[in-house]
Amino acid sequence: MELFTNQILAGIATGAIYACMALAVVMIYQAIDHLNFAQGEMAMFATFISWQLMQWGVPYWGAFVLTLIFAFIGGIAIERILFKPLAKAPILTNVAGFIALFAIINSCAGLIWDFTIKQYPTPFGSAPFLGSQLISTHQAGMIGVTVLLLVALFFFFQYTRIGLAMRAAAALPESARLVGINTSWMIALGWGMASAIGAIAGMLIAPVVFLEPNMMGGVLIYGFAAAVLGGLTSPFGAVVGGFLMGIFENLAGTYIPGVGNELKLPIALALIISVLVVKPAGLFGRHIVKRV
Amino acid sequence: MTHLLNVKDLRAYYGQVQALHGLSFSLNEGSLTTLLGANGAGKTTTLRAICNMVRSTGGIEFDGKPLNNRSTESIVRYGIAHVPQGRGTFTTMTVEENLQLGAITRKDSTNIVADIERMYAHFPVLKQRHTQQAGTLSGGEQQMLAVARALMLRPRLMLLDEPSFGLAPLVVRDLFGILGKINREDKVTILVVEQNAQLALELADQAYVIETGRIVMSGKAKDIASNEDIRKSYLGY
Repeated sequence: MELFTNQILAGIATGAIYACMALAVVMIYQAIDHLNFAQGEMAMFATFISWQLMQWGVPYWGAFVLTLIFAFIGGIAIERILFKPLAKAPILTNVAGFIALFAIINSCAGLIWDFTIKQYPTPFGSAPFLGSQLISTHQAGMIGVTVLLLVALFFFFQYTRIGLAMRAAAALPESARLVGINTSWMIALGWGMASAIGAIAGMLIAPVVFLEPNMMGGVLIYGFAAAVLGGLTSPFGAVVGGFLMGIFENLAGTYIPGVGNELKLPIALALIISVLVVKPAGLFGRHIVKRV
Repeated sequence: MTHLLNVKDLRAYYGQVQALHGLSFSLNEGSLTTLLGANGAGKTTTLRAICNMVRSTGGIEFDGKPLNNRSTESIVRYGIAHVPQGRGTFTTMTVEENLQLGAITRKDSTNIVADIERMYAHFPVLKQRHTQQAGTLSGGEQQMLAVARALMLRPRLMLLDEPSFGLAPLVVRDLFGILGKINREDKVTILVVEQNAQLALELADQAYVIETGRIVMSGKAKDIASNEDIRKSYLGY
């Protein structure tokens, strides 16, 4: 029983990473109906910026805030320069754009900071959390930040006018324009927010996976999977999907004989496919009630 | 009387196809005007051209200011509310959120709350359903919601695209009654596009008849309604 609870705890801890990434994925998906393959690289680049700032002597939280601002503006800039002109292009053109962005950011990071692995600090320390060996204070902090982020996003979208406008622009762009919403800027804002959320994910993950240009590869796949599992239209679903992914991955690795570390990922992804066969909209995807 | 909206030689295009061939008309401030015509005559296109949702040339002036080449959202901010064909309801949001969206460009948040209450007084059914997803409303209720959402802008001009479409005759009477009341009491200038000519002519004070992208007839609504030749050849009743 103790093994079981410990595995659940450890699963929640890894799940927090996936949840953060999935949140960023859902934000952009809501705004432009595409999955952003470069999301992980944008997060990685932002994390490098924060690392560079700390190298220059900026304290952790100062670097954290400056990086969020950088990521927010950077996300908006990428949308304005690269993806606004592609807004009416076919899906494949957008996919090509995402892949190009992925390669460009990855190479630039390698060029500036090279590919050697770097240590990255954590503000939460790394002592065992509440005496448990499986979850450290850093992982506990990560879970806390993810939950906080989700609550903040919920309030933003549910109770602010700009959040309402963003939802309207994502749901029905033409109607949104007819009530006077500048939908184009709402999309840019969505990119900025997604980029900032990704940066938070990157800075929280870096102490665990270490900082290097390819650090987000695996994480992004889990993030996508979590977002799809939870439902691409639901930030709440994305976070739950992230935690579920983490827990299931850990339990499968521990209890199913022959799975171990190597097969954790395929097993988790197989679970997702099974869920989607039964519920194509994901666990918390939007059900549209319509009367005709 | 001054003209609130002045449209001169309006031509509109869908790709290579020209849909409007030099349309001219004007709306008096405070009037209730109807634009009649058969399917495909260019009624919807005219409304869409006013809000720059279709490529067009010609002069469109609102309160003396040219609207050409302005974005749809900035035209709305001048106080032009457009209820599109199909109503444009945000079906996944609640009734109340739909009303708030109608006022999204306004800054006076205390008045917005009061205006939502005013809408509930106009349309009591919306109050009963204010937390419900708008997609669950019936067609008539959704049309009420669309009109209420447009009014939340506190518009000076309201454009309605076939509000009677798909509604039961009794519901249409109700709706038109409310439109008349809004026009009289709130001093909102209204341009309503209709296929239901008989009812629209009862409601309106001015009327234009449009055929294949051109105005073929204009005048007082009651004159057009009483002219049998026009009725037979253009309005089909």
